[in-house]
Amino acid sequence: MSSRDVILGRVRRAIADVRQDDTPYEQAVDRSYLREHGARSVAETVDLLAENLADYRALVHHCDADGLAATIAGLLAERGSASVVVPAGLDEAWLAATEVTRVPDRLDNTPHELDAVDSVVTACAVAIAETGTLVLDGSPDQGRRRITLVPDHHICVVRVPDQVVSSVPQALERLDPARPLTWISGPSATSDIELDRVEGVHGPRTLEVVLVSGE
Amino acid sequence: MSGTFVGMPAFPKAAHEAVHNATLRGNLRHATHTIRSKRAKAVAEVSDWAALREAGKQIKDHTLRHLDDYLVQLEESVTAAGGIVHWAADADEANRIVVELVKMTGETEVVKVKSMATQEIGLNEALEAEGIHAYETDLAELIVQLGKDRPSHILVPAIHRNRGEIRDIFAREMSEWGRPAPEGLTDTPAELAEAARLHLREKFLRAKVGVSGANFMVAETGTLVVVESEGNGRMCLTLPETLISVVGIEKIVPTWQDLEVFLQTLPRSSTAERMNPYTSTWTGTRDGGAGEGDGPQTFHLVLLDNGRTDTLADEVGRQALRCIRCSACLNVCPVYERAGGHAYGSVYPGPIGAILSPQLRGTGSEIDASLPYASTLCGACYEVCPVAIDIPEVLVHLRERVAEGGQATRGGNRVVLKPAKGHAAERAAMRAARWAFSHPGALRTGQRLASRTRRFHPRTLPGPGRAWSETRDLPAVPAEPFRDWWQRTQGGKEAEAK
Ligand code: SF4
Repeated sequence: MSSRDVILGRVRRAIADVRQDDTPYEQAVDRSYLREHGARSVAETVDLLAENLADYRALVHHCDADGLAATIAGLLAERGSASVVVPAGLDEAWLAATEVTRVPDRLDNTPHELDAVDSVVTACAVAIAETGTLVLDGSPDQGRRRITLVPDHHICVVRVPDQVVSSVPQALERLDPARPLTWISGPSATSDIELDRVEGVHGPRTLEVVLVSGE
Repeated sequence: MSGTFVGMPAFPKAAHEAVHNATLRGNLRHATHTIRSKRAKAVAEVSDWAALREAGKQIKDHTLRHLDDYLVQLEESVTAAGGIVHWAADADEANRIVVELVKMTGETEVVKVKSMATQEIGLNEALEAEGIHAYETDLAELIVQLGKDRPSHILVPAIHRNRGEIRDIFAREMSEWGRPAPEGLTDTPAELAEAARLHLREKFLRAKVGVSGANFMVAETGTLVVVESEGNGRMCLTLPETLISVVGIEKIVPTWQDLEVFLQTLPRSSTAERMNPYTSTWTGTRDGGAGEGDGPQTFHLVLLDNGRTDTLADEVGRQALRCIRCSACLNVCPVYERAGGHAYGSVYPGPIGAILSPQLRGTGSEIDASLPYASTLCGACYEVCPVAIDIPEVLVHLRERVAEGGQATRGGNRVVLKPAKGHAAERAAMRAARWAFSHPGALRTGQRLASRTRRFHPRTLPGPGRAWSETRDLPAVPAEPFRDWWQRTQGGKEAEAK
């Protein structure tokens, strides 16, 4: 007998006492918990996102569509970045104002090559206000997971208000589980040493979020 | 370090030693109190906490009641997304599977995400025995691994170490494993974290095989979820070509939507954050899912039983399988706070360890038979548990099993357990207590007698009670029995009226 059969057989014997229960799943769970916490206007939801991002030590910037290229150029310059990874589908215009060397996101980039790059600029799939979370789903304007992981400086652009939701339940509705998802709430952090929070153990040590309004 | 901590003394003895270690107690007290009060704040932010907790409980209970169906469904969806599913009935089989899979890649190094399941089965040792080095990449696990130590907390495994000890471990051991610690390393957390970053980065960048567990597996989509803080999880799931995930069969949830409950309750319960810094989900391989060239080329899922089906067979004890390993119960437990995680002799310390380990492993060993007693039954663990596991209820149930013996399931077979050795005195005491409680007159007389003679009570019990009281301070007997006090004061009303 295979271990698969062994385990499934054990499971069936173990739950013989409750197996008759055939409540359909939709009725087995009471979903009366909230879809979002508190009533907020759209603008307030965006403000809450900014506040919670900052609370987890992301650096938050605001601009409108016209000012985006200059904002990104400014952030790269301030950081002294010489190179930036660019996902294949990133809007060309976003990097129009900077001369920094571009490294395309390619399947054959080795991790060591990525390690030599200073910054990465991506879009995101959705942002969650209540928790201060950005979700990346690997779409063409966000690139592979590795590009937002190895370089030490991540600039993430969020279109407000249409990419912002209030809550975790609302975010999951918008996401496709088949895609590789990365949820990011502030930069990498550890509290393993006497519970003192230290930023940047393995992921990017600096996370900058640009909230861009209007298009 | 072994997954089962073979040769551990029983809890009372281990705890006895631990409570006399002042550094340990200081570290623990600071840590548990800090997380505890932060958690309360994080939970208070969410007005529907009670509803989320109830939903989490219901989701997990429903899944356990139909676990065979969901396992089969998960297997289908993981396979459809390009993953390969393996089944492991026990620790040995799981280790054999992983060793074989790593050997097939031709690699002799793997990077590991912190995972309770792989600790439980002692995977690192099994790999080492076959010449494969497993590098723990979570900072706390790294501290534990370099210190040739054992984890003592689910969430912060090196909670028993302070910064000075960590500095010494890094300075002494890092060079053994790879990049040495920087010259003149101080003990500031930032510098220590930086040393770990440099030490581990070279391993991440060259790693071809990653090993992880998972916090959740979604049956309908075949998606696995890892929740973490440091980014080491992302590293291990993203950069290697081969990913092997060893996951307990109880980690299943039926639907994608179910994550909306646990992604709200888990971070707030464990690190007291609104959301942990990183959560990664993956569905199959880079070519199987919609990932389009993202993540590992090969993905193996090892589904682990190792006592879980035996636990499932216990009608009272099966609720322990709802556990999402948030560690909130550790941080509120007065016994854990004083004894520390090592005294529990398993990778699952604290209240959850006290009910999970004796069920996963059986109560045959001294340490496992003693674990259900490692509690005051104060109920704080139940209060904080985000999936409402009634830990005190299971503790009492297991105590009865240890003291009285009875029906249980081991290795899938129904067995009748004999009372555990060494618990004869407790059994006698229980019997006496039962008799006394059903004979109120005798109880009253006994209590009055005890009160009047209390100055002469020994600190330890004589005869068969000695083993029991060696590691416990006998409770002081109050000057007046409760019943007498109640009668005299009308339950305290008189004092209030004054
Ligand atoms: S038993 Fe409950 S509180 Fe304890 S770790 Fe598990 S889920 Fe958390």
